[in-house]
Amino acid sequence: MNLTAILAIPTLTLLAVLLVPRARQARWAALAGAVAQLAASLWLLVHFREARSSGDSGFLFQWQHAWYADWNIQFHLGVDGISVAMILLTALVVVAGVLVSWEEERMSKTFFGLLTLLGLGAYGFFCSLDLFAMFFFLEVAVVPKFLLIALWGSGRKEYSANKLAIMLMGASVAILMGIIALMYSAPGGQWSFDMLHIAGWEIPADTQTTIFALIFIGFGVFTALFPFHTWVPDGHSSAPTAGSMFLAGISMKLGGYGCLRAAVWLLPKGAVAYGDTIVVLSVVAILYGAFVTLMQTDLKYINAYSSVSHCGFVLLGIGMLTKAAVAGAVLQMVSHGLMTALFFAVIGMVYARTHTRQVSEMGGLMRAMPFIAVLMFLAGLSSLGLPGLSGFVAEMSIFVGGWERGTNFHQAATMLAAMSIVVTAVYVLRAIGATMMGPLRQEAHSSLTDAAWYERVAALVLTAGMLAMGLAPEWLNELVGPDAAAIADRLAAP
Amino acid sequence: MKTEWMVMAILLAVLLFRLGRGLAQSTLLSLVQLLLLLSTALSLTGDSTTPLFGGMYLNGPLAAFQKSVLLFAAWMISLLFSDWQRESSHLSEYLILLLSSLLGMCFMVSSGNLLMLYLSLELATIPMAAAANLDLGRKRSSEGAMKLILSSAFSSGVLLFGISWVYGTTGSLDFGVIAKGIDGSPLQTLAFMFLFAAFAFKMSAVPFHLWTADVYQGSPMPVTAYLSVVSKGSMAFVLVNLLHGMFRSMSGAWYHLLMVVVLATLVVGNLFALRQQDIKRFLAFSSIAQVGFILLGMTGVRPLGPSAVTYFVLIYILSNLAAFGVAALVSARTGIEDIPSYKGLAKSNPFLAWMMALSLFSLAGIPPTAGFFAKMFLIVEGAWQGDYWFVVAAAINIAVSLYYYMRIVRLLFSEPEKSIPTLVPAPSERLGLLVCAVGMVLAGLLSWIYDHISTLN
Repeated sequence: MNLTAILAIPTLTLLAVLLVPRARQARWAALAGAVAQLAASLWLLVHFREARSSGDSGFLFQWQHAWYADWNIQFHLGVDGISVAMILLTALVVVAGVLVSWEEERMSKTFFGLLTLLGLGAYGFFCSLDLFAMFFFLEVAVVPKFLLIALWGSGRKEYSANKLAIMLMGASVAILMGIIALMYSAPGGQWSFDMLHIAGWEIPADTQTTIFALIFIGFGVFTALFPFHTWVPDGHSSAPTAGSMFLAGISMKLGGYGCLRAAVWLLPKGAVAYGDTIVVLSVVAILYGAFVTLMQTDLKYINAYSSVSHCGFVLLGIGMLTKAAVAGAVLQMVSHGLMTALFFAVIGMVYARTHTRQVSEMGGLMRAMPFIAVLMFLAGLSSLGLPGLSGFVAEMSIFVGGWERGTNFHQAATMLAAMSIVVTAVYVLRAIGATMMGPLRQEAHSSLTDAAWYERVAALVLTAGMLAMGLAPEWLNELVGPDAAAIADRLAAP
Repeated sequence: MKTEWMVMAILLAVLLFRLGRGLAQSTLLSLVQLLLLLSTALSLTGDSTTPLFGGMYLNGPLAAFQKSVLLFAAWMISLLFSDWQRESSHLSEYLILLLSSLLGMCFMVSSGNLLMLYLSLELATIPMAAAANLDLGRKRSSEGAMKLILSSAFSSGVLLFGISWVYGTTGSLDFGVIAKGIDGSPLQTLAFMFLFAAFAFKMSAVPFHLWTADVYQGSPMPVTAYLSVVSKGSMAFVLVNLLHGMFRSMSGAWYHLLMVVVLATLVVGNLFALRQQDIKRFLAFSSIAQVGFILLGMTGVRPLGPSAVTYFVLIYILSNLAAFGVAALVSARTGIEDIPSYKGLAKSNPFLAWMMALSLFSLAGIPPTAGFFAKMFLIVEGAWQGDYWFVVAAAINIAVSLYYYMRIVRLLFSEPEKSIPTLVPAPSERLGLLVCAVGMVLAGLLSWIYDHISTLN
């Protein structure tokens, strides 16, 4: 398996989208490319499992190319189980995102081009082993988000787009400083951005803690670390449907993956020093996010704030520092990515028909659009952690991992975090009940159509992923387990 | 000295055509475009490195390349601003002034003696003041020219003052001899401050930037572009040479001075750029902020510094000229120079809007454009001394600058309020913009341009 294919396919897709003669053909180019990307990621998964079962460990399929030799920057690709899981998630969300935007007619070339570019940034980010290249891909994904919100968004789109761009760019500066400081902290002046080299360095504990703070806060902003989560609700609710799906399904995962890979893995002493702080902040985010969601009346804001709460679980898993919890954090990223993308897709479908996102203006929609209503149930139930769906597997793993730490502090934090599930159940069931169940609130809604073919396919792709994870969690556990354990082992070593 | 000979030959050719029967404007312009392209290509083939005039003129491989960069920029300017140039009633004067200034810059980059530096600096700046006045019918143009001549005369005076003290303390004007005599005595520190102030003036670093916006707004567009990219670029080349060569042993002293200037330049440039409504003034302040980054890259005293600065200047030329090129085209055809009127440009002129957007991305340092790489190298270089708080403070400015660059990108692609007519760029303008676009996209992703610069150093 050649990893350059993972980057070449989206690049070719981007060129195809921009070069097709007519604007309406752009969506077909984007869809063909997205399907090819999904096929490539499945192919990668198969090969990866083969290689792992034949005994290979560490980063597989490595590919190296000197980029800027003066600065020791290389183009170094390689994947472990965590990256494969994230690449798979990205591919699923990209396919679904392209499909739900099928009827986007305004500047559709640019629109699909930006979606593809965002996906390309994410793929590159997840398979880079060089910090500089990783940062490069992270930044590639920032501007498409800004433009998607600013140009195709709704509501206070300019405010939201600016807020998102400035907060993420500020976060990037912190990350950049972190990686430059990390590079210069090389023992004996053997500077390198290569993570495999850096992982082998003996970096003094106080240097580690300083750099860890920079990198973790930077990536934390991307994944809604409290108190830097404020861009999330505005950004998600102003974005067009596919934009929200990409933001919550892919972009926030860039942050979680970055925290794990660049901060925790490379700087274990820093992670140990800050572990408890992360736990406190993430428990605050989980509870605060859940309670704020209770008060929301707009479906998109409900899902956006619940994302803050759910991404808190990712950070909680990381902060707990045990094998099960770290693995749970990765599972939660995949699970939340799929579930929230589905939720945003459904909200988009409802909004396209009713032209409102206010819960109070809807009711009984199940009679008009049963398929969409079922999808909303699935997404909601996964969100509240029902066994059999993806959310349960991930959250359970984090709770087990947190409890394993054994101290009163960590067990109390685990219990507090677990209590948020009750709140989640309240807001999810209330929102679904009010919009879908009961008699039709508005007469005009009885004539609404159910999901079109492209919406059905988009939803089925995501649902398939959720079910595959919820009903048969072993394969995903096998995939990310060993690599999560490798990260956790480094934490235990000192 | 090949490059200088070529520039001089073009200059003389234009002069002779002017004195003789003359050529049609467009023929003359095409000829100059062709000759500039040819000399850029020839200058890239390398040049002899023997010192001339008793060490007054030194030519290293990097200096030769830097001159090619300046020539390339002059060629791009001759391509991109063909609207204004063809319609100007003083095309030959304009060309002669510009080429003499270019000649001065080439000598300046190669100077090995303070006297030579001073003379070539004057040759580089005085013609620009005259060129700034070439929009004879506009009062603003004269005002800009007046401000430019006064401020450059003043800064030349400051430079001479600094030179006299360097001479007084070291007894020589030769760079090599001076470098040995620099010991960081208070008098020399003062002399350095005067020299630095003069360069800060020319590069419009804060607090010596006050002339910039007015001059940029008043001057004809090609002159503004020339001032903003070629003039600043050549000053950056010379300054990095002085800092890393002659004043290397004083680096402990100038590092802190540079730190203050970098932060002030970035902050002031960005804060003023936030509020500009005129595209030329906007580009003026954004270029002030860019100078802050150039200076940031000079703070690390190691061989990578000059390569990073040279690379940045090249990328900056490509990015800024594309923005100026679009602005000049729109201004020449429709008279629009205020930013809000650009709203919806993408609807009627997708090519121009994309070029503008690409150049703004590159100026903002957004990947995959080359501006990202150029800026990153300067930041990595600036962090070499280990003052991370300083570099963080500088890098935060990228986030600020993103706001105002993106503001324009958003406008370009929004729904238009009043429609801008479809503008068809002339072939030379299209070529110029395409060269910029290819450069901005590929010069970063492919590392060989940087690698080439780095082998020269």
